[in-house]
Amino acid sequence: MKARVFVTLKTGVLDPQGEAVKHSLGTLGFDGVENVRQGKVIELDLAESDAAKAESSIRDMCEKLLANTVIENYAVEML
Amino acid sequence: MKSAVIVFPGSNCDRDLAVAFERATGKKPAMIWHKDVSLPEGLDVIGVPGGFSFGDYLRCGAIAARSPISRALVEFANKGGHILGVCNGFQILTEAGLLPGTLMRNSGLKYVCKDVDLTVKTTNSAFTNTYNTGQTIRIPIAHHDGNYETDEATVKLLEDQDRIAFTYQDNPNGSIADIAGILSENRRVLGMMPHPERLNDDALGGNDGTGLFQSLTKALVSA
Repeated sequence: MKARVFVTLKTGVLDPQGEAVKHSLGTLGFDGVENVRQGKVIELDLAESDAAKAESSIRDMCEKLLANTVIENYAVEML
Repeated sequence: MKSAVIVFPGSNCDRDLAVAFERATGKKPAMIWHKDVSLPEGLDVIGVPGGFSFGDYLRCGAIAARSPISRALVEFANKGGHILGVCNGFQILTEAGLLPGTLMRNSGLKYVCKDVDLTVKTTNSAFTNTYNTGQTIRIPIAHHDGNYETDEATVKLLEDQDRIAFTYQDNPNGSIADIAGILSENRRVLGMMPHPERLNDDALGGNDGTGLFQSLTKALVSA
């Protein structure tokens, strides 16, 4: 069972890296980029074959390690 | 006073911290490997050192905070033990849930390594009792992710409970409310980005950090 986890900064949390990417895009002539937020994609390959069980286990992983829920949101995509 | 320093793969300030503890207490601290699952009996204070534990993979301090020893560290804190987390140690303590908030990438995006002036905000802790409130001390910083972030309500709580230990006079990293170091609710866990163990000898250019270790000795020697 494969899955992808997207970890992104919560709205309102300043993202210095996103700001730097936005600035750099402007320097390259890409006008009109109003906002950039940078996050992480984590790909998982699980032995579990039951999708519901796998997803629930991944959500637990997100809460305990993969995301810092003080500043980050996460989304799980089962593949 | 019996002390210990935890060593993770990638820690690089563990020996400096051990020297600081030894000078203050006259006794060598126990060095604890991260794979150990228990701590020596009778410890008064544990140091969580700076460095780049686990290569800062995932998030700074995230992997170290889930190391086998970290469970014992949290138990030690819950039993009222004293813990000093410096730099990566501060990041580990927030990831372990022992201190609120988190340390994000510096607002200037650059790694900053320099001496900075701090204001001692409270002397009401085992770490700061030999300083004076409002005193300026010069302590080095060396970090890429020292931008302390938390919500407004937590900042207010930290202020109301007198838990901000140190603030930056010239904010080098974008930390909210200029916060350089904070205390836990029971005032026994201190996390700070600046490195007091690095200015602990006149030969190294200053000893403003010495007071922190003397404070610990003063507070814990009879314990």
